[in-house]
Amino acid sequence: MKNTWSLTKIRILLALRNKTFMFFGLIMPLGFLFFFVLIFGHGRTGWIAYILGAVLTITVMGSFWGLSVQLVMFREQGILRRFRLAPVGAGALLASSIFANYVLILPAVAAEIIICREAFHMVSWGNLWAVFALVSVGAGTFSAFGLIVASVTNTMQETQVINNLLWSAFLFLSGATVPLAVFPVWIQKVALFSPATYLAMGLEASTTGYIGGHELLEELIALAVGLVVAFEVSRQLFRWEPEAKVPGKAKLWVIAALVPFLLFGAYESSFGNQLSRIQKHFQMLDRQTSSERAR
Amino acid sequence: MSEPVIRVENLRKNYGTVAALRGVSFEVQAGEVFGLLGPNGAGKTSTIEILEGLRTPDAGVATVAGIDPQTAGLEFKQEVGAVLQSTSLPDKLRVSEALALFTGFYRRRADPELLLRRFQLEEKRDVFYSQLSGGQKQRLALALALVNNPAVLFLDEPTAGLDPQVRREIYDIIEELKQEKKTILLTTHYIEEAERLCDRVAIVDSGKIIAQGTPRELKHSSAGTTRIEVRLAKQVSDGILNNLEGVSDSREFEGVYVLHSTRPPQTIVALVKLLEAESNELQSLEMFSPSLEDVFLELTGRRLRE
Repeated sequence: MKNTWSLTKIRILLALRNKTFMFFGLIMPLGFLFFFVLIFGHGRTGWIAYILGAVLTITVMGSFWGLSVQLVMFREQGILRRFRLAPVGAGALLASSIFANYVLILPAVAAEIIICREAFHMVSWGNLWAVFALVSVGAGTFSAFGLIVASVTNTMQETQVINNLLWSAFLFLSGATVPLAVFPVWIQKVALFSPATYLAMGLEASTTGYIGGHELLEELIALAVGLVVAFEVSRQLFRWEPEAKVPGKAKLWVIAALVPFLLFGAYESSFGNQLSRIQKHFQMLDRQTSSERAR
Repeated sequence: MSEPVIRVENLRKNYGTVAALRGVSFEVQAGEVFGLLGPNGAGKTSTIEILEGLRTPDAGVATVAGIDPQTAGLEFKQEVGAVLQSTSLPDKLRVSEALALFTGFYRRRADPELLLRRFQLEEKRDVFYSQLSGGQKQRLALALALVNNPAVLFLDEPTAGLDPQVRREIYDIIEELKQEKKTILLTTHYIEEAERLCDRVAIVDSGKIIAQGTPRELKHSSAGTTRIEVRLAKQVSDGILNNLEGVSDSREFEGVYVLHSTRPPQTIVALVKLLEAESNELQSLEMFSPSLEDVFLELTGRRLRE
């Protein structure tokens, strides 16, 4: 645990000295917020909380992108093999990546919430405890996904391609950009198999304050199970050396990381009420906007 | 003789169809500096990285202090120090932070301040890794290898790519470590390094050890000949130089004729006469005392630098 803590501190320090991190970790998420508010929230105060939920989702999901790129870069530059000589296990190294990443997204998360409330006149603070819980677990889950991507790709180019594909799927099939409620039902059902959907649904419901924390248990469980499984998979697939080949069983491990969401998706699309809940919230927001306009 | 600290027996390693190690065996005693000398691709790094636990052998035995690095896990790493041939640290990590970070990983810890002083890095303590010169990076790598004050050190090409001045500085440091009675396994392709630093040397070529002993023993085994390197204005036919008085062997490498002679003065006189008779001219002539380079040449027919 001591090694994990030492590595976490250094990773945070290194990130704060990196201009790229400052751009992608702070400026870009705030850019998303201003852009969304300008396009979708202009003159519709009720929507600000919903937009905040979406932007928080994007901020948290960004974890996987930065971590995978950094880990592959460290491996390609031979930095990981120097750590391999020391009595440091893969678990400590990977866990430190997740902890550091979590700490590093908190300033952007806090800034987004405060700006929405103070500058964009968000109606209420929403359910901040639920937001905190979802951001914490979600950041871990998506960081662990990033570590898996880093383990199954051999070069930076490969990592970027996979990241782009995953990022697009997470972004457009979760409700983080376009509200899930406006999609045809079959797309909504497909979205239930994506981890990003659970994060987006949970955060949007928490920031709008439409539901209590206990009603987010399903989202939290889905993300927490995803975190545990994805972390273990990333530990199993971890490679210190650039020339170490991805083992044949790697693909099976990657599938294993998706199993929790396949199960949650299957359950939710057959027996769950998440889709009807987001439909209901969307209509409430619509009505709220109409009444704002009428006033 | 006491139990060796490092024991390697019939070590084999293949990378696809390429056999990197083809039955390497040697032993290193406590407090000894043992060198693996050979050209690039000879199998030196594969051997040392198997001993560090970074690579898995296909066959054979490799132990350090009786421990198998493959199965020992993190405990083994507490006991050894190493400088890798190719490695790096994050660009924005300061020298003092790197030392503090790595020191913190070990139970037995050297004082980072003392290491900074010993490796003349005090003035660079707040400098980012990316801003260090090649020599400073290598000094830091050596300092990091000593953060746990290990009894066994693995140094893989510790001076490769450094200028002669920095190389000599590193030699001084390694000599200090030698005086501290650390057991050191060192790989190199520099003759000077092996002759100056190593108590015993194994000459490695194409994944096999072709000779082993103290530098003195090895040089004596090469018949004690003097190496004469000459450049001529015109090429001479094969074998003609072999017939010169005192010459035991002659070969041509990229326009340089390398003669091994048991009687250098007579050889030079005979060479001058031959060149006169053939209307050829001597462009340069250098003489060298017997070295490990000659041993390698004799055994493989190639120069170490090839």
